[in-house]
Amino acid sequence: MSLNGQSKIPQILKNHEAEVLADWLGEQMAAGIRKDLLKEIELREECREFLELFTDAIQQGNLTNIQSTEWRSVREMLTSVSRTRTQKGFTPTETANFVFSFKQPLFKRLRQELGQNGEALVEEILSASNLIDKLGLWTTEIYQKTREEVILRQQEELMELSTPVVKLWEGILALPIIGTLDSARTQIMMESLLEMIVQTGSQVAIIDITGVPTVDTLTAQHLLKTVTAARLMGADCIISGIRPQIAQTIVYLGVDLADITTKASLADAFVLALKRSGFAIARSKPTI
Amino acid sequence: MQKNEIISINSSSDVVLVRQAVRQFAVELAFSLINQTKIVTGASELARNTLEHGGGGTVNIEALDRGTRRGLRLTFEDSGPGIPDIELALKDGFTTGNGLGMGLSGTKRLVNEFEIVSRVGEGTRITITKWK
Amino acid sequence: MERIAILQMGHFLLVTIQVDMHDHLAMTLQDDLTNRISKTSARGVLIDISALEIVDSFIGRILANIAKMSRILDAETVVVGMQPAVAITLVELGLSLKGIRTALNVEKGMALLRSSLGDSQGGSMDGDAEK
Ligand SMILES: Nc1ncnc2c1ncn2[C@@H]1O[C@H](COP(=O)(O)OP(=O)(O)O)[C@@H](O)[C@H]1O
Ligand SMILES: [Mg+2]
Repeated sequence: MSLNGQSKIPQILKNHEAEVLADWLGEQMAAGIRKDLLKEIELREECREFLELFTDAIQQGNLTNIQSTEWRSVREMLTSVSRTRTQKGFTPTETANFVFSFKQPLFKRLRQELGQNGEALVEEILSASNLIDKLGLWTTEIYQKTREEVILRQQEELMELSTPVVKLWEGILALPIIGTLDSARTQIMMESLLEMIVQTGSQVAIIDITGVPTVDTLTAQHLLKTVTAARLMGADCIISGIRPQIAQTIVYLGVDLADITTKASLADAFVLALKRSGFAIARSKPTI
Repeated sequence: MQKNEIISINSSSDVVLVRQAVRQFAVELAFSLINQTKIVTGASELARNTLEHGGGGTVNIEALDRGTRRGLRLTFEDSGPGIPDIELALKDGFTTGNGLGMGLSGTKRLVNEFEIVSRVGEGTRITITKWK
Repeated sequence: MERIAILQMGHFLLVTIQVDMHDHLAMTLQDDLTNRISKTSARGVLIDISALEIVDSFIGRILANIAKMSRILDAETVVVGMQPAVAITLVELGLSLKGIRTALNVEKGMALLRSSLGDSQGGSMDGDAEK
């Protein structure tokens, strides 16, 4: 672009840093910045930093390509602004406005400084506008990326939740649960256990909660409902690995586990499961 | 998709129609299989109550779209005898007929929102909502 | 009038319930089944509900009634093939069908009936052919 190296913007920004900063802040406050999400002092600091980096970058004379090295610090700065705003719950528009709202104060300065020279003013405003649009789009892009990362992370967390249902023996499934059991997780796991019962035609399912530190009423009730649902489908459940504290909690909470078979360990439960299925009968015959 | 549909309930085959229509709405809203099953089962209970206790009536099936929140709302209305004691009617096992008395209380557990308005001698309106 | 078919397999009766059953049909089934049990001296009844998309309190009551009536007529009832979503919903509804025996599918239900009645009673499809 013809303006390269001759743009007055760096000089103007240097000479009027304080005024531009004040105008810009005022612009954002007037537009209704989310004071509930961001303190004014933080915003001021962000603006000041942006202005400094922006002035440095624009001084290098490249007003068209923000992907170049001159603009790296600005890009990084905007990336972090965009990320924190995404996480704080700003909308994409609110996030991009951080940059877009910089136009008015900058143009105002340009008009004041270049008022006599119409042609130069138009050219400066056009190229500055272009530049700021690009930076604004950059924040939107980062916003989008951050959101996608959040979704991906949540998907991964969900995957982790889906504890594998393992087949111990023909007709015997085990669901070893590790970690805290909240009711949402319990529900998902129980649904997949019931699905697996159908898929594998298993008549016995062992739910092992050795790795579960505590249970609350809802969770205990979910366990109970799962056992009942499995029974309606034609499968028996055995719950193994109930820790002493959990046993106490269950009794204390008044959850009735009377109809449910419980075993101290997964091994005990497995022996019982074998006994209940045809294999145990075959094996209990003396072989010599 | 169609935003709402009204079905009259005057025979036991209408109860089947209600189940089928509710299922279709739930499928179109992409409800999970479990949630489909829950709302259809609730609809079956309330449709039968409308028929047997309310002497017939209607159901309005509405698809709700509140931004990211989508759901299904069913409003059953009849001009039957009404329910004198709602709290009692909502007790597990309470029946004035020969049912199991699990229809009202059970349906309440299957949905996210449950509301009964009833006046003795005027009729009953029950609204249930299941969010996706 | 439409009816649900009842198949005889040796000493057992098999009922396969298709998709959406309305209330009259369920009541008719209750009548037909008890009649057939006494006529055939069946020792076991298998009710296959794997195609059923919901079980509400009405169907639940019919199933429970059939089980009770059969028992009085000296036949065991096994409900087979309930889908997971149906089972979860039924439990949430508050019905656990306590008196009813269940199995994952017809084959397993048949095995359950055989073992509880003793093999000699066997109502297998191939029972006669094997002799
Ligand atoms: N629409 C209605 N109009 C009048 N009474 C009703 C209505 N719905 C339910 N009831 C009353 O509430 C009771 C409980 O209903 P419900 O839980 O469905 O059990 P059930 O239908 O098996 O009796 C009914 O027996 C009836 O007395
Ligand atoms: Mg009812």
